[in-house]
Amino acid sequence: MRDINVSTIIESVKNMCMNANYYLNEDIKQAMKDGLKNEQSPIGAQVLDKLLINADLAAQKKVAICQDTGMAVVFVTIGQEVHIVGGGLSDAINEGVRRGYNEGYLRKSVVRDPIDRVNTGDNTPAIIHYEIVPGDSLKIELAPKGFGSENMSALKMLKPSDGIEGVKNFILETVDKAGPNPCPPIVVGVGIGGTMEKASILAKRALMRPINVRNKIEYVRDLENEMLQKINELGIGPAGLGGTNTALAVNVETYPTHIAGLPVAINISCHVTRHAETIL
Amino acid sequence: MHYNIIAPFNRDEARKLKAGDTVSLSGIIYTARDAAHKRLIELINQNKELPFDIKNQTIYYVGPCPAKDGEVIGSAGPTSSYRMDAYAPTLIKLGQTGMIGKGIRNEAVINAMKEFGAVYFGAIGGAGALMAECVKKHEVIAFPELGAESIRKLEVEAFPLTVIIDSYGNNLYEIGKNEYRKCI
Repeated sequence: MRDINVSTIIESVKNMCMNANYYLNEDIKQAMKDGLKNEQSPIGAQVLDKLLINADLAAQKKVAICQDTGMAVVFVTIGQEVHIVGGGLSDAINEGVRRGYNEGYLRKSVVRDPIDRVNTGDNTPAIIHYEIVPGDSLKIELAPKGFGSENMSALKMLKPSDGIEGVKNFILETVDKAGPNPCPPIVVGVGIGGTMEKASILAKRALMRPINVRNKIEYVRDLENEMLQKINELGIGPAGLGGTNTALAVNVETYPTHIAGLPVAINISCHVTRHAETIL
Repeated sequence: MHYNIIAPFNRDEARKLKAGDTVSLSGIIYTARDAAHKRLIELINQNKELPFDIKNQTIYYVGPCPAKDGEVIGSAGPTSSYRMDAYAPTLIKLGQTGMIGKGIRNEAVINAMKEFGAVYFGAIGGAGALMAECVKKHEVIAFPELGAESIRKLEVEAFPLTVIIDSYGNNLYEIGKNEYRKCI
């Protein structure tokens, strides 16, 4: 057994909340720079240019890249030999979020109830997904998720006979319908397989993968490449003003499913696709 | 075309602007998003006074981050406008001439814009740090209990905007997309 004190976890989550919101990840930045070079629309190119300036300004001033600093989504991969001491793990993660959003001057966007809608004032609770694995290390991944893009996400329970063509059509329809709303250039996370909720978690998980890393399964990699090309032919462009850079990447994850089903979830993320991770 | 516009501005000025024009907006604007719009419409329905006179005003759909010490405001980019579609026609009818946000609007809003003379500006979604630089004064004037959603009076200088939908119903999102569309 290895002891990990909650104070370490609180501090890590706090720092990740701030850093993920202040600093645009290098993979995203590089993709936008590449996009700027090949963008066919002059207005689209201007938008990409401003987004890069915005990211530099945010990093330099240590302020949020976007005012929607998101709901904190946390993936925890915990070794079964780890013993958390000093308090509860979920409580520690929420305390880290509370401190990160307060001390980091980040927007508190969480309401305590979906109908009465009173703000909790500290951006908690976080959405936490746990996975238990062998070993004695604790990995915490954080993705503060803005809702301009989250609201454009979709889930569909396809039939097995719909096959890969059905999946492709659903991805394209969803992105086209979203149009300018999710703040393009977007990153498209796709989850295929599992059950209804598993597909959604896979789609969110897909957004945690760096956008310059392709899926190892050959047909999935091909799907990612083909969908990226097709999405960029939709014409939506940066900020939706027309152009050839609508998506920076399509990340797809798959999982075994039932003989009767083909669940597909699409989780769209804006150009401020944030992810941070710490291994304790 | 590029225009320098001082807010508040009237419907005649709104009528000059065409989809695709760029605008540097200076002057006074108000912020309001989902919960604040809901409250404004409730006040109107109860025949009560609004926290500011809506005539000729521009509303920026934004919920800014808290300001760090020495800063006027935190990051302050636009939020998705379609969530205000249920409320916007009522406010346009009462004289609102400008809306700033990002994303699609519905037909009811566009019809009201055409009938009464109003314009929908797009700011760049996600460029909140850059846009905050244009905000020179910032004051919460209503519903402070709504936190990020409270109504603020902002003084802005050279706020960079694009006319997305003009008062004739022309829509840059459609025009721009069709120009670069290769599939479907």
